[in-house]
Amino acid sequence: MEQNNPTPGNGLKPPELSGVIGFFDAPDLLISATRKAREAKYRDFDAYTPYPVHGLEAAQGIKRSPIPYVTFLAGITGCAAAFALQYWTSAVDWPLNVGGKPFNSWPAFVPVMFELTILFGGLSTFAALLFFCRLPNARKRNFDPRLTSDRFALMIEAPLHGEDPEEAEEILKAGGFQKFSEEEAKGFLKSVGAKEVRTVYAEGWF
Amino acid sequence: MSSEATASVPFLKVPREESLVTGGKTFADVDQDISIHLERFPTWRWWMCFVAALSAFGLGAVLVGIMFARGLGVLGLNQPNGWGVFIVNFVFWVGIGHAGTLISAILFLFRQKWRTGINRSAEAMTIFAVMTALIFPVIHTGRPWYAIFWLIPYPNQRELWVNFRSPLLWDVFAVGTYFTISLVFWYVGMIPDLATVRDRAKNKIRKFIYTILSLGWRGSNKAWSHYEIAYMVFAGLSTPLVLSVHSVVSFDFAVANLPGWHTTIFPPYFVAGAIFSGFAMVVTLLVIAREMFGLKNYITLAHLEKMNKIIMATGMMVGYAYACEFFIAWYSGNTFERYAFVNRAFGPYWWAYWIMASCNVLIPQIYWFKKARTSIPIMFVVSLFVNIGMWFERFVITVTSLHRDFLPSSWAYYVPTWFDWGITLGSFGWFMIWFLLFCRILPVIAMAEIKGVMKPAGTHGHHPEPTRHQEVYAHGTK
Repeated sequence: MEQNNPTPGNGLKPPELSGVIGFFDAPDLLISATRKAREAKYRDFDAYTPYPVHGLEAAQGIKRSPIPYVTFLAGITGCAAAFALQYWTSAVDWPLNVGGKPFNSWPAFVPVMFELTILFGGLSTFAALLFFCRLPNARKRNFDPRLTSDRFALMIEAPLHGEDPEEAEEILKAGGFQKFSEEEAKGFLKSVGAKEVRTVYAEGWF
Repeated sequence: MSSEATASVPFLKVPREESLVTGGKTFADVDQDISIHLERFPTWRWWMCFVAALSAFGLGAVLVGIMFARGLGVLGLNQPNGWGVFIVNFVFWVGIGHAGTLISAILFLFRQKWRTGINRSAEAMTIFAVMTALIFPVIHTGRPWYAIFWLIPYPNQRELWVNFRSPLLWDVFAVGTYFTISLVFWYVGMIPDLATVRDRAKNKIRKFIYTILSLGWRGSNKAWSHYEIAYMVFAGLSTPLVLSVHSVVSFDFAVANLPGWHTTIFPPYFVAGAIFSGFAMVVTLLVIAREMFGLKNYITLAHLEKMNKIIMATGMMVGYAYACEFFIAWYSGNTFERYAFVNRAFGPYWWAYWIMASCNVLIPQIYWFKKARTSIPIMFVVSLFVNIGMWFERFVITVTSLHRDFLPSSWAYYVPTWFDWGITLGSFGWFMIWFLLFCRILPVIAMAEIKGVMKPAGTHGHHPEPTRHQEVYAHGTK
């Protein structure tokens, strides 16, 4: 693997530890391992799967995505913007008599209001998806080429780099979470049945 | 969940769903079978199709160039036939697109898992069909470099705004939104698969291109949880959108005070017709594609049979609309309306009307027989007939309503010239160029979705997700 080379770094800076990743062959093994990671009070961990595995969200304790609220607000904005544009151009800026209809002939404005509701809603859903997934980030490399094919993985993450280690420890303690240690995480992943365990170092933006 | 479970519950004979992927494939096989076409040089059959498509497009492009130079007089348009083959093509191509959105959005909301085998290619077809449709109203203006500016409300030197009370402007917004949202929906659905292609890539240039396209997708479960909600939201937005698009297209006709056009049945009638023609086009394309790309284990006869059922159902809806129009024409007591419809079926364009009626209503009736629904040659021929019939439906609606005006002195017969036909052929070439490139550059089947609904070979006792029927069994045997 050229990416996630175990001894990266350019010789000037020591490589930064990102976490420890364990690989599984089947989704049901991953689900139970993920549940155990949650029970073991790790704060930062994530599962990696080639397709959305049902039941994994519950095992990992992920909250429902807030994307629908973004869509709703953007949809309302689109609808209002469409009415404002049509009202202002047809009744205020240049009132034009078309077939004796009132200047503010709102029923005729409904189709465009509907279309812009969908347009704003859809585009902002896409933007929200990218925002919440921290994408696009073309410098992100996959941990293993088979993770998008037929392998499943669980990663126990080290505290974010840039975080003050002492402060991070305080926060973990306050939340009742486990402190991260490379050796301990490796042992944990092996104990929950990972076939292969690797250490991952930060690359690019990670 | 096994066959013994069924036997032990005699009153619970829910038919087991047939496997969506045949041939005992593993997850790795899925990636291999679908990505391999992106990773090797095209076959000679692909090149032949591509050259044919390029030539057809080239012919259309030359004719459009001559039309711009000499004016719209080269077309068959006359008074009172101000709309002809171009508008017919516009409605035809927009309609083709509807099946893609129906499969990707509506079948998703109804939890129809068989859609996963065909949604990617059907959505691609939607996008390319809308791209083809958009050409026609623009070149119909004769001066498209101005038309772009007439269509969009922006502060211009004339200080004039577009007329928001016109259905033609609603169309700009409806089709524009439809194209944008379909493209985004399609792309979002493709991100995980693009990541698969990226991770398989050995070639540096390919790796770079798919790294950019896949945006850095890793398949993290936190990302999947957002992704699945976003996908559902897109499906929820696209469903009313697709129904609105052909409704708005039908307003182009229905809002005009012309007998034959001015009817309230138009929006649902147009939407049913659009889905009908779109499914026929999907069948035409997939019958060829599954053969050419060896995808018979993913696009199975069961998939095609389900599509043929939808073709028959929507065909009968369209047939009902034809009958209903005649009934209302008679029942309204309006002389002009009655004349328009009698003239449609028995006037100078009787041949077009009966081509439409037989292709759209009569021929799909063969699908009452399972043998016909599951026969590749029959479904291929029927899908071609439906495409022809639906093209003629739009021809009948547009031309028969226009050609006999209120004043008999202004009546005229409309005959398309070879410019009309050549540009129409060119539009098929343009569509096929995109579709053929799609088959070579992007994964034609949603690999990540397929994996979610299949039971891979070699896994024992693992069900990625129990199907609804399996849950019934599990519940019933408790």
